[in-house]
Amino acid sequence: MQSALETAGVAEARRDLLIQQLHAVQDAIGCLREGHLVALAEFHRLAPVEVFETASFYAHFDILPDDAASPPRLTLRVCEGLPCMMQGGAALFDAARHSTPVGTRVIATPCMGACDRAPVAAVGFELVAPATAETLCVAALGGVASQPCAPSLAAYRARGGYAALQAALAGVLTPDGMIGALERAGLRGLGGAGFPAARKWRFALSHAGPRHLVVNADEGEPGTFKDRFCLETEPHRVLEGMLLAAHGIGAAACWIYLRDEYPDLHRGIARALEELRMAGLPWLPVHLRRGAGAYICGEETALLESIEGRRGYPRHKPPFPGEHGLFGRPTVVHNVETLWWLPDILATPDGADRYAASGRRGATGERFFSVSGRVRLPGVKRAPVGVTARELIEEFSGGMAEGHRFVGYLPGGASGGILPADLADLPLDVGTLDAQGCFVGSGAVVVLSDQDDLPEVVRNLLHFFRDESCGQCTPCRVGTAKAARLLDAPSWDRALIGDLAQAMADGSICGLGQAAMNPLRSLLRFFPERAP
Amino acid sequence: MTAIRFTLDGQDVEATPGETIWSAARRAGVEIPYLCHLPRPGYRPDGNCRACLIEVEGERVLTASCRRTVAPGIVVRSASERARHARRMVFELLLADMPEGAARDGTGVFAQWAGRLGVSRSRFAPEPERPAPDLSHPAMAVQLDACITCGLCERACREVQHNDVIGFARRGMATGVSFDLEDPMGSSSCVACGECVQACPTGALLPKTVLDADGRRAAPPAVEVASICPYCGVGCQVGFRVRDNRIEEVVGRDGPANAGRLCVKGRFGFDYLAHPDRLTRPLIRLEGAAKDPADCLDPARARHRFREASWDEALERAAQGLIRIRDGAGPSALAGFGSAKGSNEEAYLFQKLVRAGFGTNNVDHCTRLCHASSVAALLEGIGSGAVTAPFTAAAEADVLLVIGARPTENHPVAATFLKDATARGAKLIVMDPRGTGLDRFATEVVRFAPGQDVALLNSILHVIMVEELYDAAFVAARVEGFAELRAHLMPYAPEMMEPRSGVPAEQVRRVARLYAGARSALTLWGMGISQSVHGTDNARALVALALLCGQVGHEGAGLHPLRGQNNVQGASDAGLIPMMLPDYRRTEDPVARGFLEELWGAQLEATPGLTVVEILQAAERGEINGMYVMGENPAMSDPDAAHARAALARLDHLVVQDLFLTETAVLADVVFPAAAWPEKDGTVTNTNRQVQMGRTAVAPPGEARQDRQIIVDLAQRLGLDWHYPHARDVFEEMARAMPSLANITWDRLDRESSVTYPCLTPDAPGEAIVFRQTFPTMSGRARLVPAGLSEPAEMPDAEYPFVLTTGRELEHWHTGAMTRRAQVLDALEPVPTVSLAPADLCRLGLASGQRLRVTTRRGAVELLARADPGLPEGLAFLPFAYREAAANLLTDPRLDPDGKIPGFKYCAARVDPV
Repeated sequence: MQSALETAGVAEARRDLLIQQLHAVQDAIGCLREGHLVALAEFHRLAPVEVFETASFYAHFDILPDDAASPPRLTLRVCEGLPCMMQGGAALFDAARHSTPVGTRVIATPCMGACDRAPVAAVGFELVAPATAETLCVAALGGVASQPCAPSLAAYRARGGYAALQAALAGVLTPDGMIGALERAGLRGLGGAGFPAARKWRFALSHAGPRHLVVNADEGEPGTFKDRFCLETEPHRVLEGMLLAAHGIGAAACWIYLRDEYPDLHRGIARALEELRMAGLPWLPVHLRRGAGAYICGEETALLESIEGRRGYPRHKPPFPGEHGLFGRPTVVHNVETLWWLPDILATPDGADRYAASGRRGATGERFFSVSGRVRLPGVKRAPVGVTARELIEEFSGGMAEGHRFVGYLPGGASGGILPADLADLPLDVGTLDAQGCFVGSGAVVVLSDQDDLPEVVRNLLHFFRDESCGQCTPCRVGTAKAARLLDAPSWDRALIGDLAQAMADGSICGLGQAAMNPLRSLLRFFPERAP
Repeated sequence: MTAIRFTLDGQDVEATPGETIWSAARRAGVEIPYLCHLPRPGYRPDGNCRACLIEVEGERVLTASCRRTVAPGIVVRSASERARHARRMVFELLLADMPEGAARDGTGVFAQWAGRLGVSRSRFAPEPERPAPDLSHPAMAVQLDACITCGLCERACREVQHNDVIGFARRGMATGVSFDLEDPMGSSSCVACGECVQACPTGALLPKTVLDADGRRAAPPAVEVASICPYCGVGCQVGFRVRDNRIEEVVGRDGPANAGRLCVKGRFGFDYLAHPDRLTRPLIRLEGAAKDPADCLDPARARHRFREASWDEALERAAQGLIRIRDGAGPSALAGFGSAKGSNEEAYLFQKLVRAGFGTNNVDHCTRLCHASSVAALLEGIGSGAVTAPFTAAAEADVLLVIGARPTENHPVAATFLKDATARGAKLIVMDPRGTGLDRFATEVVRFAPGQDVALLNSILHVIMVEELYDAAFVAARVEGFAELRAHLMPYAPEMMEPRSGVPAEQVRRVARLYAGARSALTLWGMGISQSVHGTDNARALVALALLCGQVGHEGAGLHPLRGQNNVQGASDAGLIPMMLPDYRRTEDPVARGFLEELWGAQLEATPGLTVVEILQAAERGEINGMYVMGENPAMSDPDAAHARAALARLDHLVVQDLFLTETAVLADVVFPAAAWPEKDGTVTNTNRQVQMGRTAVAPPGEARQDRQIIVDLAQRLGLDWHYPHARDVFEEMARAMPSLANITWDRLDRESSVTYPCLTPDAPGEAIVFRQTFPTMSGRARLVPAGLSEPAEMPDAEYPFVLTTGRELEHWHTGAMTRRAQVLDALEPVPTVSLAPADLCRLGLASGQRLRVTTRRGAVELLARADPGLPEGLAFLPFAYREAAANLLTDPRLDPDGKIPGFKYCAARVDPV
C-alpha cells in the first residue's frame, strides 16, 4: 500500500494536499483500497477515520475493501441534470446500460455543465456532448476527441491581454483605484450570491494579511455552464482577473478550485499557468486544485474546507471568509466569471463606466446567462443585466424550440425557483425576483414548455438537492430526504410541504438547504393546478 | 471585562464577552432547546442540529444560539413563532426515523426536549432502511437507528479524548457514524473510554449494562454517588449510578483532574465487585495445610487449604501470630505491606499500626516498585517528592516533554490533557524506546536505546550547557551545583553519546533547543525512568534539565512524575514508607518522632525499616517471620517472583487482607475479606496533589469489612486503645500529624470533593504550582546533581539476546486482581501476550497469535506472540497482570542503590517458539 502512494507521487504530508493525493492514488490504481486510506493516514499522521470521512464524502472516490474485486476499467457517466433529462437523458441512460461495452459501467451523474448540448455523457469525465448510446459506446472504445486548445498566452497578449495587470504591477493602477473602479462598475459576484466585489475586497483588506485569493471554479448549479465557457474560450482572461484581484487585496497566494468534471479545463488551466510561469508573470504561488464530486463545494466556505483537505461542510457565518477564510486567513473568493470581467473594467479609464452603462432597465453591467431547455439556440449568452427571460429567449436564443410553447422558466438553476411565462418580463438582476421567492443566482435560465412535466421537474431538482446535501444540518439533511419522499405521494401534502419548506429556508446552515425547496414552493405558488 | 448588553425576548440581558446567546439566555432563565450541544468542558458548540435556532433582528435566516456569540445591542427573539416552528420541525424530522418513533434513551436530551416541545409523533415517513445494531463491543451497544448525526460522539472521541476513532462517513442522509473505516466498534481501534456514550443524546450509544431486551435504556439513570476512580493516579471524579446495590453505570464528573472524562477502566471496570471469587468470610489455613508456592499459579484451586471462620476467630488468630513473633523474635522480625489502593486514612492507620503496634519501621508499599527513585532524586534536588505542577498545567505550557511514560495506556485521562495542549499548538517531545500512543501528536519522537536514559539526557544537557541555552537568571538565583554539573557534562557531546543512545546528534540538538527555548515547559515521566537500577540517576538528569532551563515554579512549567496507583501520593505522604514518618519526616529525626510519640502515645523505633524487596529477601533468609499484607500482591508484583513466593511461603505467620484469594493470599495463615473502594468512605490524593473524597456507593458482600475497621480491630487485639468509628475521625488525627494537610478538613472535602495541597487558607483552592519563590531545601535553592553512566544490571548476550521490559496495558490494572475479574476488561484483553517487533517475529519464524516461550535466568513463561511495529528489534514487552504467564517470574531483583527500586524495565531474555 505504501508503494501505491509512491507510484502516485504522494510526497508531501500537508493536509491540504490530501484530496489531491486521493485523486493521484485513484488515478494510478483505479480505485481507493481501504489500505491506501490507512497508509495515507499514517503518512499524514492522521487517524484513519479522518482520511476515510474525507474520501467517502466525495462522489468521485471509489473506496473498496482490500480484497474486493477491482471496479470496471471505464466508467460512463450519463448526466441526470434537468436540462439533460428534458432532452432524453433517461432514455440515454437506459440505452447506455444495455449496450455497455465489456469492462465498463454506467452511472448517472449530476449536471456536467454542458446543458446547451443536452443530453450529455462522459467517458470517465471526458465529455461526449451531445451523446447517444452509440456515440458514447464509440467514445468508450475509441477515446474522446480532445477539445480544441484555448488561445495561448501570446494570442491573448496580442489582443491586449495582461495590459491591465501590467498597469497594476507598474503602480499605474493602484489597489485603491481598482476598488474605486469596481465600485463605479457596480460589479457583483456572478457565482450566485451577487455580493458587490468592491466590498469583498475592502472587507478582506481591513484584516491583516497574509490573505488568500480563491477562484471558485466549482460550477455545479444545474443548468450553469458559463464558467466552463469562460475557461474554455479565454483562460488567460480569467487568470488575469485572478492576478488583478490578488494584487488588489495583496494576496499571498492564489487557489483555483476546479470541479473534477472539467478535466479538459484542468489541462487548459495548467497549460496556461505554465505559460505564465515561463513568462515570469505570477509573483505569488498559484495552486490549481481538483474538486472530487460535490456540489456543496461551490458554496464558498465548503470550498475552503475542501481546499484544506476536508469534507465540504459549509462553515457557520459569521465569521465571513474576508475575515477568517482559507487556513483562517482573510480570503476573497471570486467566481470565474467575476474575474473574467475584471480586465475589461480595469484596463481602460472608462472601462468601469462602460461596464456600468451596459445594463438594461436601470441595472448595471452585463453577464453571461446559461440558457438551456426549450429554446432554439441554447448556449452562453452575453447579455445586459436587467434583461428579461422573454428577451433572452426571443432576442438571444432564437425563440422557443420547434413545437414548444413557453410555460415557465428557472431563472437561476435548480435553486432559484420556477417562474411562469406570464412573469417572463421581470428584469433579471440581484433582488428583482425576491417578491416571487426566486433569484437569478448564477444566471442559469432553463426554459420549460408545455411538454414538460412540472412535478417531474421538481422531483428531479429535489433529488439533486437530496443527493448533494452535505448532511451537516438537520433541516437540509433530513428535510431534503423527506421532501423527496413527499413528492412520491399520489397526492401531495401541501400543509406539510409548506411547514417543512419554511423550516428549511429559515433553519439550514447554508444556501443549499435554504433554497432547496424553492422549486417546490414555486410550483405550488405559480402552477398549483399542476401539482398532484 | 465589560459585560455586553443585548435584548432577549424584550428583556435587557447581560452577557460576558465571547459568551454565546444560548449560554447567556440560560443564565437569564431562558432555556433554549438543544441536541448537538453539550454544555460541558471541552465540548465546542457545533450548531448543526438546529434545535437551538433563534431569530436575530435584521438577519435573513435564523441562527444557532449555541454558536453565535452575543454582540452589543442585538435584538434576539428566542420564542418567535418562526424560531419555534423551525425548532419543532427539527425534532419532528428526527423523530421520523427513530426506532418505533422513540429515542433509545427515553431519558436522554432528545427525549426530554421532544417531550417539552410536545413533539410526540412525526408526520414524515421513516426511511426504508435504517442501520442494523452493532453489538460487537463488550461494553457498548451501537444502535445507529437512533442516531441523529449530531456529532457529539465525534467531538467526544476526537476533540475531547483525542482518540480519533469516530467520524462521519459519506454525506447527506447517508451520513453515518463510522468507527475507523466503518469497522464494527468491537474490532475498531476504539479504546472504550465511553466518552461518546456519555455524550450521546438519543441512546444510539449506550452502555450494555442499562439495556432492556429491546435495546433501550431500561430505566431512568439510577441514583448517583459522587466518588473517585480507584484505578490510576489521575484521580478522575466519577459518579457511580447504583441500583439494587449494584453499580449499573459510571459517569465522569467534572473533577479538576478529569473534566468529566474517564477511561475504559473507570467507565466499565467495576463488576469485579460482584465477582463470585469475592471473599465474603474470613479464612483460616487448615491445620497442616502446606504453604506451596505452586498454589500461586492458580489460587482458586488452593481454596481447599482454608476454612471459613468468624471475624472474632480470624482476628484473634491473626493477632496472636503477630504478637508471638513480636514478643519472641522481636519487632524487626515483623513487617507490613500497606497499599496505595486504599484511602489516606487506611494508609495512615496501617503505618501507625506497624510502627506503634509491631514496633518496627518495616512498612512499605508499592511506591517502592514505581517511583521510589523519582522521589529520591526529587527530595535530593528540590526537597520535595511530589509533583511541582499538575498535568493540567499542560494547558499553559508551550513545550511538553514526556519520557519513559505511556500515558495513553497508563494515565489515559491525563493523556487527553496533553493531547489537548498539542491541539492548541504546544510542542510535544516524546522520548521512549518504544513507539507510544502520543507519537502521533509529537513534534519530536525520540526513540532511544533501552537503558540509555542518562546517555540521552546528559547529551541534551550538554547541548544546553555548551550552547548556553540555560536560564541564567534562574540558575543564578535559585540553583546550586551549576559548575560541577557543567564540568561533569563536558564528555557528553551528542556525537559521543549517539552510539549508546542511538539518537542522532542532530535530533538531540533540536530537542535541546526546543525544550530550552520554551516559555513554559512541563516535564512528565513514568516508570520508564524510575524502574531501573539507575532510576535515581535517570531522574536526577531530568530534574537537572528542568532546573537548568528554569522550568519549575511558574505557570505551565514543572516536574511531574506521573504517579501510578490512585493513592500512591497519599499513601507516601501518610508515611507508608520505611524511612519516613508522615509528611516525609525521617524516622531518625528525634523531633518528628517525639511529636508522633506524644500524639500516638507510643514508643517509636528510630532505625529505618526495610523496603519491599528487602523485606522479602529478609524473609527468605529467615530474618522476617511474620507479615501483615493489606491490598498488595507481592507474589505477582515483586521481581523474581519465584523467590518472592518462596519467601512468603516461608513466613511463620502471614495475614493478608484483600478482595480475592490472590496469589499472595494463598500463602497466608489468615485471610481477611476486605471491602472494595466503592464500598468505602475515605480520601485519596492523586498525582496532582489533589486530595479527593471517595464515598460509599454499595455495601460490601457477605461479611467483608472496610479496611479501616479491620486495622482497628487488629490494633485493639495488639493492645492498642484505638477508636475510629468513621474515616473522618482518622482524617482529623492525620491532619494534626501532617502539616501538609493544613486548611484541608473532612467537611471541606465532603463539600468541595477536591482540594489541592499545600493550601494556604481555609477557603483557598490550594497551590497547583509550587516553589514559585523558593525550594523547601536547607538553602532554599535547588540542587543540580550530576548523573553518571552505568550499565543495566544484566546485558543481553548470546544466550539471552533480547531485552525484556515489563509494564501495563490499558485494560489491566497492576496484578490483574480486579481487572481480570471485570468482564469488559477481561473480554478486551483476555490472555497474556508478549509483544515483539515484526522483524523479530519473522526471524523466529513466528506470527502474531502463535505460542512462544520467554526465558530469563530466573524463570520462563509461555504465552502468545503479538506483533508491535512500535517496538525496536531486540526488545520484548510483557505485561505483568497475568498470573498464567507472570512477567515477574522473569524479572531481575537487583535494586537501584538510592531508591531501592528494581529494574523492571530491563533484563536479558530469550524467546523461543514452543
